[in-house]
Formats: sequence, structure tokens, C-alpha cells
Amino acid sequence: MASSPNAVTPSVPRWPGAIAAGLVLCLTLGTLAAVSFRAEWSGGLSASDWAAVRFTVLQAAASAALSIIAAIPVARALARRRFRGRGVLITLMGAPFILPVIVAIIGLLAVFGRGGLLNSALSALGLPLVSIYGFQGVVLAHVFFNLPLAVRLILHGWLAIPAEQFRVAASLNMPVGRYLEWPMLRAVVPGVALAIFLICLTSFAVALTLGGGPKATTVELAIYQALRFEFDMATAARLAMIQFVICATAAGLAWLVTLPQDAGAGFDRVVQRWDGAGLALVWDVLALAGAMVLLLLPLGMVVQRGIAGLTLIPEDIWSAALRSLAVAVVSALLCSSLALALALRRGGVLAGISAVLPLAASGLMMGTGLFIMVWPFVDPAKLALPVTAMVNAAMALPFAYRALAPALEQIEAGFGRTADSLGMTGAARLRWLILPRMRRPLGFATGLAAAMSMGDLGVIALFARSDQETLPLAMFQLMGAYQMEAAAGVALILLTLSVGLFWLFDRGGRADA
Amino acid sequence: MPDALQLEQLLIRQGSFTLAADLAVQSGSVTAIMGPSGGGKSTLLGAVAGFVPLERGRVFWYGDDITQSPPGQRPLSILFQDNNLFPHLTIAQNIGLGRSPRLKLGTPEWSEIDTILERLGLAGMGKRKPSELSGGQQSRAALGRVLMARRPLVLLDEPFAALGPGLKQEMLDLAISSLSEAGQTLVMVTHDPDDARRVAGNVIVVAEGKAHAPLPTGQALDGATGPLRGYLAQP
Repeated sequence: MASSPNAVTPSVPRWPGAIAAGLVLCLTLGTLAAVSFRAEWSGGLSASDWAAVRFTVLQAAASAALSIIAAIPVARALARRRFRGRGVLITLMGAPFILPVIVAIIGLLAVFGRGGLLNSALSALGLPLVSIYGFQGVVLAHVFFNLPLAVRLILHGWLAIPAEQFRVAASLNMPVGRYLEWPMLRAVVPGVALAIFLICLTSFAVALTLGGGPKATTVELAIYQALRFEFDMATAARLAMIQFVICATAAGLAWLVTLPQDAGAGFDRVVQRWDGAGLALVWDVLALAGAMVLLLLPLGMVVQRGIAGLTLIPEDIWSAALRSLAVAVVSALLCSSLALALALRRGGVLAGISAVLPLAASGLMMGTGLFIMVWPFVDPAKLALPVTAMVNAAMALPFAYRALAPALEQIEAGFGRTADSLGMTGAARLRWLILPRMRRPLGFATGLAAAMSMGDLGVIALFARSDQETLPLAMFQLMGAYQMEAAAGVALILLTLSVGLFWLFDRGGRADA
Repeated sequence: MPDALQLEQLLIRQGSFTLAADLAVQSGSVTAIMGPSGGGKSTLLGAVAGFVPLERGRVFWYGDDITQSPPGQRPLSILFQDNNLFPHLTIAQNIGLGRSPRLKLGTPEWSEIDTILERLGLAGMGKRKPSELSGGQQSRAALGRVLMARRPLVLLDEPFAALGPGLKQEMLDLAISSLSEAGQTLVMVTHDPDDARRVAGNVIVVAEGKAHAPLPTGQALDGATGPLRGYLAQP
């Protein structure tokens, strides 16, 4: 028998990872069990169920397709041009992750809404007005959020083409597009499209604010309406199961295609190229200018309208802000602890599955399941904030895990043997080796989770009463009451707090001890 | 001298690579491991330290079977080619880890660290991070941890290889002199016959899947008849 002492004794105890995996499995598969127990299938799917499924899939597909189509020229321009502010622009493209959805929607309404810039211009010219509500609005918001992600991921593909190949192509006068760029796009685009499709399947806040009605209701929105307005738990549970099936199918597909990863670095390379003069230059300038307008104009409007609206915000917004901060901090700490505990299992199958499972289980499904589970015992509204913190932590877990697991592997590869030889195991290894060397990714992951939780408008809408409002929920209610100026003021506060929280954690990870 | 370290019928298998060893190392001796690149010198050291799983065989330390002991509980200190110091900890903390992996140290231990720093020419540098030290000073600090650990067997896997030739020699001499003072047994990997001649009493030749029993250095390095003659003849 082979004796392998180092394989027998793990350097860090495995029980925290087991607890974390158990908690995540409860939150995902446990809530799935709860909804499947409560779901009513008599008569199969109703006509409105089918309509919701159709809308959900169609809008996600359209959003993914449009994001990609728009991203390709932008990514190409960034890949082959060097200009001032290029780095800033690429960094800014990473920002949507920490931008609260509802804040962006205020900005989009200010540009594309009824009284927005676009319609003011159209009416001044005597042209018919456009509506931001319904299918086109949902898709527009999704493109706003996912175009930057698509640009970053596709740009990665572009920058991965070796510089020598461009040189060879130039010397042979080969068409670069056909022989170098098209094969790259064919390899990269399917994964990017699936990732965006998956994100759009579960984006509740966009559908809540810009969708609605029989023609523009997503499955998640239908869950919310069934539970919140009709108090029909059986229907909500049935819809939650449908949502799970849709997401699990998409996540399964994504698994097969292997999703691209935003490495977050290496963007500063510009490959020297010999094509791209003349018309191509015009094309690149147009692509970059278009993307900048689409991304920056709404954000600028948030700031402009927000400053104007600051005087109109209701008194009790500060207690909502405190609640939001508390939920975000608790959720972020929980999320990074879970991610760390799972990462410490180093390649354990159950840990790996637990870390990606929240991608398949939507926030509203988890929320519905928890609602059904606690309902017989306690008023769900009493648990609104803890449940929100927990579900938000689960939702951010896949991203946090992806930041931590490779970092841990790197630490162990570099210093594992030295630590082993010194007998640094368990808490000593964590305190003197792993935590100090993981500060950066830990700070980043915690900041990301905090910002995501801060801006979340999902589970909270399912559970909370008016005395437990978080900032996004308060904003949503102001918008529902047509107090758009006050909502814009709150949006500015929410934006500042989200970005501030992210910055604080991320910065904390970078600061030298 | 009695045998300190004994490798009994050791067999290591890594894919198609195998290494057999059946040998003993004397107490208080300095032994060099030599042989062609890729022959398994570091693998042998890793097996003694507990990092390389054994297909069969046992490792004894003064008759105690340590085959199943995890690396940190073996009576040895090991220095690798790199990453011996933790960059986020101070030099004093790095040295202190040799005594306590939890860094639970009392006043006497901290002053012992100061003494070691002084002895190695690093006086006053305890509060610095490794990156604030030169390469030679970093090597001294790593050696300081071995001194602090006071474990009876010391394994060196070419920790000074990245230093220039002069500095490498100086560090090796410092290591030998400070360790032999405490009567520690030393096993080191080296490529350099001069190093072996200067400091090692014996040489373990590792080649063609086998680690041979230690030979007196002169005999092992004999260019005409020694087992390394092919290797040594290479330019």
C-alpha cells in the first residue's frame, strides 16, 4: 500500500467547508425542495405561465444577442487603438457589477423615459415618441448592463491573439478579419453569450421596473406578483420551479461551453497592427463614442438629477440607508467566509458544486422557498433583513469563490511546503499564511458582495414591509409614486454608498499592513 | 558514528519515474546529494521531509519509524530553492516560526531571535520584511529559522543557488559552521563538486533510478573511477 503522509493530513480542517457547503445546499436545493412540495401542477402550465416563460427566454436571448453585436466593434476598437483614457474606459466597463440596477434604471429613464432627453428631442422635432417600458426597455437595460461585460470578455479574446500572427498576416497581406479575428470570435462568443443569457434570465429588478403587464412579465416577476399581491403560494411555488428549470438548463449548457473569465488584468496590451486605416478608423471612433454615450450619459443623468433631488428625499431615508448598510456588510462578510471555507476544501467536488449552484437557483426562487419554509412559524416580514442578507450572500458566492479559489491555489503552490515543514496547520496556517496573503482577493470579493447586496432589489421586495425598507426598495416605492426627483436623490445616495462600500473593502485588501 | 537517518527499501514512483533508496546517513555528518539533473535529488530530499509519497519502504530516525509523520512533525528543517521566507511577515516572525508554528513566543524566545540575528550579521533587521533585505541577507534569515528550530536534521535543497558564486560559498560555509556547532546532521543537494569537496564528508549519488549509499567524498568525486565520472566529465 502506498504511504503518503502529506495526503493523509490536510493542512486546514475540512469542517468549515462542510458547514458552508451544507448551508449553501440548504439555501439552494433546500428551498427547491420547499417549492416543489408546495407547487400545484393541476392542469399543467397556465397560459400566463407560458407567456412568462416565453418572455423570460426571449428577452434574455435578445439581450445577449444585442449585447454581443454591439460589443464586437467596441472590443475591436479597444484592441487595436491606443488613446488617452483607454485604461479608464476599460476599468469603467467593469463597474456595472457594483452599480445597483435600480440606480441605472433611473439614469436610463432620464435618457430614454417619457420625459427623458431622447423623447424631448423627438417631440421637438415633431417625431413620434418611444416608450422605454415593455420588451424594448427590458432589453435596453440589459444591454446597458451586459455590453460592458461582453466588451471586456471579447477584448480578452482579441488580446490573446499572438502579435506574431498579425505580423505574419500583414506580410502575406492576409485578411486579418477572416483568418485571425473570426476564428477567435467563434471560440469566444458562445460562452460570453451564454453568460449574459444566464444573467438576464434572473434579473428581477429590471423586469420589476420596466416590465409588467401580460406582455412583459418574466417568471421572476410573476413569482413576486403571485406571492405579494395574490398571496398565492401554490402558484408562486410552481413558477419558482419553472424558473429553476430554466436557469439550471442554461447553467448546464454554460457548464458544457466553459464560461469565459474576466481575468481583470492584462488589458494594457495593444497589439501593433497594419490594418485599420481609413474607413476602419471612422468605424472604431463611432463604436467607442457610441458605447461611451450609452454608458456614461445615463450615469451622468443620475448624478445631475440626483443632486437636484437631494433636497426632496424623505426623512426616513437615512434609516433605510442604515438598514441597507447593515444588510450589505453582514451579507458580504457571510459571502466571503463561505467562499473562503469552500475554497479551503481545495478542489472538493461538493465544495465546487456548492460554489456554482447559486447561479442556477435564482434569488426569487430561494426567497419563495424560504418564505414557504418560515411561513407556518413566523411572519416572513420579521425575517426580511436576515433572509435578504443570506440570499444576497449566496448570490454573490460564485463570484467570490472565483476570486478566492485560484488565489489559494497560488499561495499553496508557493508556500505550502515551507508551511508544512514548519508544522503550520489549522488556525496557525490560516492566520500566518493564508489570510495575510489573501487580503487582496478577499477585499475585492467582500467589496463586490457588499455592493451587490447593497443594490439588490429582489428578495427584499418579496419579504419586507414598509418599515423594513432598504434603499433600493425605498427608491422603487418613490418611483411607483411618481416622485422621480426624490427617487433620483436616493439613487445618488445609494450609488455613493455602493461604490464607497466596494472601495472601502477593496482598498482595505490592498493597504499594506 | 551511529546512523541517524535510515532509508529502508524506499521506492518512489511518479508516473514512469522511479527512485529506489536503501541507505543510512551518519549522525552529525555533512552529506551531499549529487547526480545528473532530473535524476531525483530533490525527490529524495522531499521523501525524507515527507512531501513525496512512498510506494514502499520506511524512514527511520534513530530507530524511530517516521514514515507516517506529517512534514511538520519530523525531526528536521528543510530549506527550498525559493519561498523559504513569508514575504508578509517580518524577519523576526519568519525566524520565530521555526520554534512555534503559531508564533506563540515569550520574551526569552524573542531575545533568542535577536541573538541569532546578531550572529548572522542581521542585527536590527528583525522588524523588516524580506523584500527590504538583499538576497544574501534573506538567505541568512532563512538559515536563522533553521537555527531557531533546533531540529537535529537539516535538509538543504540548494537554497543558495540563486546567489552569485562567491556569496553562495560564503552562505554554505556559514550554514555548515553554525549548524555543526549544534551537532546537527546535514544533507544537501548540490551541483557543484567544489561545494561537496569543501564541506561534505560523504556523497550520495543519485542516478538512473537509484540513490546509492554514501561514499566518502574523495572516492565519489574521483573523475577516473567514481560513480559520477560521466557526469563530472561534462563541461
